[in-house]
Amino acid sequence: MTVNPPLPWALAAEDLRVVRHKNEILKSISFSVKRGELVGLLGPSGSGKSTLMRSILGVQAITGGTIRVLGQRAGAPFLRNRIGYMAQSSAVYLDLTIEENLLYFAGVLELPSSEVIRVVDQVELAALANRIVSSLSGGEQIRVSLAIALLGSPPVLVLDEPTVGLDPLLRRDLWRTFEDLADRGTTVVVSSHVLDEAARCGRLLLLRNGELLFDTTPRELLSATGAATYDEAFIRLIEGA
Amino acid sequence: MSMRRTFLTTRRIVQQLRHDPRTVVLLMLVPSALVGLLAWSLQRSPGSFNAVGPKLLGVFPLIVMFLVTSVTTLRERSVGTLERLLTLPLTKAEFVNGYALAFGLVAVVQSALVSTLSYTWFGLTHHGVPWRISVVALCAGLLGTAFGLALSALAHSEFQAVQFMPAFILPQLLLCGLVVPVNELPTALRYVADVLPMTAAVHAIAPLQSSAYYFGQIAIMVAYIIAALAVGAGTLRRTTK
Repeated sequence: MTVNPPLPWALAAEDLRVVRHKNEILKSISFSVKRGELVGLLGPSGSGKSTLMRSILGVQAITGGTIRVLGQRAGAPFLRNRIGYMAQSSAVYLDLTIEENLLYFAGVLELPSSEVIRVVDQVELAALANRIVSSLSGGEQIRVSLAIALLGSPPVLVLDEPTVGLDPLLRRDLWRTFEDLADRGTTVVVSSHVLDEAARCGRLLLLRNGELLFDTTPRELLSATGAATYDEAFIRLIEGA
Repeated sequence: MSMRRTFLTTRRIVQQLRHDPRTVVLLMLVPSALVGLLAWSLQRSPGSFNAVGPKLLGVFPLIVMFLVTSVTTLRERSVGTLERLLTLPLTKAEFVNGYALAFGLVAVVQSALVSTLSYTWFGLTHHGVPWRISVVALCAGLLGTAFGLALSALAHSEFQAVQFMPAFILPQLLLCGLVVPVNELPTALRYVADVLPMTAAVHAIAPLQSSAYYFGQIAIMVAYIIAALAVGAGTLRRTTK
């Protein structure tokens, strides 16, 4: 491993623009995220959340502006074992067992097999490790995908709607895991369209139509909108302004 | 390029096949069954089977492996595993070569089975050297895999990928000398036929030929394999629009 110099920002976007098929998906987005921050990325579907996350990964072609991760241009080879990514599609081999999936990805990352045991435990799938992924429930498949993202404890985690379709208990546990990871210095970006659960984040970025509408804390969001609940605040923000 | 990550990818693909015994049985038995059917239908003119049978040993692996590879790699794209792999420290060459090795192994077993059955059960008497025919069958399987990898980038659905078979394979089948001897084709078509990879496979299998000619045809096939693998790696994109 190369030595990581202490950097001020884990993520920094400046005037980030993405145009796809003549549609402006992201319109001049600027924000920066400190190391160890837990950031909720919110917005209705089609607001550009996934595109922003793919830009952080460097898999999205950027039209203008810059986005840097750990001081490097997004997509730089240096970052390939330093960002854990979970896309909205499960991105798991459905015809392999959980263990075979994880061993393959761990091998690509040059990690020991003990790392596979650790992440399987972390997402509470140890009992199912020898099951073929296609025979698992939707929620279990999402956790396999999350386990792959957690391999090697990368300093940055980018999770695209990781709690969709999970039961409340599991959602609570996963959010605790994210908080733990952030407490121990991992920068975690989680997208969601459920403001209620995203309120656990120290910081919220709210996207609408490719614009960064709000960059704030959950509490400020409530007082700014005058709403009583997070869901109400979300609706007011999306419908108003 | 790391051989370790290439082999890991090969092992992962073989594991996927192992969990899909029906596909394995189809891969192994269909070419043999077709050659057997041909032998049976030409029972009254064994001379014809001796002329056509060996050529099919060079044609079937190409078709079968082309289909299998294009559908499998397309699935990697649609499920998102390819995008995930390309955010990790896996090079395009490692990915493509991992596939070539895995399906090359399948082609070895497949061609060994079909040639063994042809020489024993189906009563093929051929004035060629058996191992030379096996080498052609292996190269044909690799050609199919390499072209499947290269062309799957152009297909946006599995439906389209399957349509490439008649568009890409059938013209070669018509011109390779199986239907009309190449030297009886109109001049323009003969020039085309002479440079097609399937023609090289059929030429290499023709009996009573010099070693120089045989290895020349093998060289043509190998050149096509390398070129198609390079195109396949080239069409993988770390960033997409």
